[in-house]
Amino acid sequence: MLNSPFIKVLKIDLTSRRFQIEEREDLIPYLGGVGVAMKLLDEEIDYNQDPLDPCQPIIFAIGALSTIYPVITKTVCAFYSPLTGNLGESYAGGRLAMALLYSGYHAVIIKGRADRPVYITIGSRDVRIKNADPLWGTTVEEAGRYLREKEGKRGVRSILRIGPAGEKMVRFAGINVDTYRHFGRLGAGAVFGSKNLKALVVSGDNYYPIPEPHFKTYRQVYREIYKQVTSTEIMEKYHGLGTPANVLPLNDLKALPTRNLTAGSFEFAEELSGEAFAEETLVRKMACVGCPVGCIHIGQYRTMFDQYSHEYASNALSYDYEPIYALGSFIGTRTKAEFFRLLEKVENYGLDALSTGVLMGWMTEAYQNSLLKEEEIGTSLDFGYTEGYLKVIENLIHSENDLYQTLRLGVEAAASRYGGLDYAMALGRHEMTGYHTGYGAVLGQAVGARHSHLDNAGYAVDQKYSIEDRDQFVDAIFHEEVMRCLLNSLIICLFARNVYTMETIEKAFQAIGRSISKEELSSTSRRILKLKLEIKTKMGFDFRKLRFPRRFFETEYHGGRMDPQIMQDLLNRYIMRVEKLMQE
Amino acid sequence: MPKVLKTQEMERCIGCYSCMQACAREVFKTFSLQYAAIRIKTRGGLQSKMTADICRACSNPPCSESCPFGALTPRRGGGVKFTPSKCNGCESCIQACPIGYIKLNPATGKIIMCLHCGICADYCPHEIIKLVEVKENA
Repeated sequence: MLNSPFIKVLKIDLTSRRFQIEEREDLIPYLGGVGVAMKLLDEEIDYNQDPLDPCQPIIFAIGALSTIYPVITKTVCAFYSPLTGNLGESYAGGRLAMALLYSGYHAVIIKGRADRPVYITIGSRDVRIKNADPLWGTTVEEAGRYLREKEGKRGVRSILRIGPAGEKMVRFAGINVDTYRHFGRLGAGAVFGSKNLKALVVSGDNYYPIPEPHFKTYRQVYREIYKQVTSTEIMEKYHGLGTPANVLPLNDLKALPTRNLTAGSFEFAEELSGEAFAEETLVRKMACVGCPVGCIHIGQYRTMFDQYSHEYASNALSYDYEPIYALGSFIGTRTKAEFFRLLEKVENYGLDALSTGVLMGWMTEAYQNSLLKEEEIGTSLDFGYTEGYLKVIENLIHSENDLYQTLRLGVEAAASRYGGLDYAMALGRHEMTGYHTGYGAVLGQAVGARHSHLDNAGYAVDQKYSIEDRDQFVDAIFHEEVMRCLLNSLIICLFARNVYTMETIEKAFQAIGRSISKEELSSTSRRILKLKLEIKTKMGFDFRKLRFPRRFFETEYHGGRMDPQIMQDLLNRYIMRVEKLMQE
Repeated sequence: MPKVLKTQEMERCIGCYSCMQACAREVFKTFSLQYAAIRIKTRGGLQSKMTADICRACSNPPCSESCPFGALTPRRGGGVKFTPSKCNGCESCIQACPIGYIKLNPATGKIIMCLHCGICADYCPHEIIKLVEVKENA
């Protein structure tokens, strides 16, 4: 994208099989990434139709500095979430940002529905819709293998695909990106499925010379950022043990949601710790393109399938904190081997690990409380009973009974029908993430634009600020929500958020000849948040109707028990900040 | 002693492409990493090992022998010295390189050739790429 005076948008209509390229100067003030994606979403969406209606768009966008500076590696995916019925926004690394940059498109919109299974290839000079009949029904891994062999351009392409979960339109199906990364949350995979779209392959070889006047400054600023990333402590945490480094500290804090959040610590946390995963399973690390850190941790596990003749099968999967929490402590999984078995299934079907784990946590209690019957589930359930959970994952794809049809809609919908809403752990209809750190984590996910812990890092606010000063506490969450709209419009990996301060971002732009002040950056991020909130309102979202499951207040965190009235008060204070922003 | 580029223990490679970016940026002055003189790939999907296509610094470079314009001359220690002004984009060297390393840059109409300068090695976070001292050609 660099210094282009416009945002180049590729629009693909699967129904008519026609393409359109637009050069949009008016999108420049949105920078790129989430800013541009939200503007396009607002233009393209039909607010009166179902999220899975063929008319709805799914949008991918990169930012103005994507790939050309270290750790600016993410692509945003924007859509109408079939899970929450609200704003769908998800991020993935891998090679997609690079591939889009060199394909020449800053944003891609896919609309319509193909009359049969297809996949799309996007290159610098052509866009094609290709038959995917033989691919329909294949796992994420198998589809990846086929496309890799068929499509060529090894090393500089990106392959997105869905598994059977997306095809089935499970509302929490994700899109796999380059094997180890995902647009995991909020049901982007179901949107692909609703369009008969199995995969998207992006590659490109556009040649962008560095303009002579900027060569020296660009080279120097690149070097400074690279040095900061590789030789200071700022990012060591993500490289070393990776995100699972969080397991033990959170467990010590009583913040590791365990057994459907009936507890905040897990007696098998040691077994599932980042340290144990690294010592016993880690075989390699990998990186997104343009990131010298390499936080992708690949663990290997093997299973014996015939003990008399010593037959083993082995597999390698990428592990992170979030899946370890959701498919580990949250459902009482006691060993790494069992965790990997669950993760393998979830990955191959293309489900979101977080939503799947949280759903199964609720199912276990609902079963124990006789709200669900064994014959409907297809198994008995108990925390730590892995065979049962494997069966549930299987049935999420294959069973057609009433229960499973409802379960495919997510935990909020399931509990609304079968009961147990007090322990259906979703906020804004989005299954919770793994931080029982206090008010910040709960409020942050409830008020976040996409109801994700990554919207505003409420869990980090819990660790930094006391609840004594409620305004300061709420300000911190609001400020972070605003700031992340900027980071996500560029789109910098959030792990590098401390490297890319306002000053660094300003300098990075300047070095390639674009002058943009801190004030402009700051007003842009506010404009983007405002747009997101407008979209949410049009989709029917109301902060006042947010539901906080009672379980959050029953299970102690390190500061004792949370008080629902304080939570409500914090929410009211947040709403005041939102209202003020909307009047700007 | 002259130096040439070597890669060792590619199983340490994380596929960050910082080396390709460094070469594209500092040698070829482009943002486009595809036009670098080092190319990192997987052997077959990201579940497989990474591999690096680099100039192997032949002592008697077939590319040099094949160039009718004299754009590629043997270099002390191995490999070639490339003179872009003499390159006509005839692709003789591309045919001649036994490992298929040499590529044409369609944007400039000239080949992409490694200088064995080591800028890529400077940006390898795992020190897999190195400039190694070698004995001079006999």
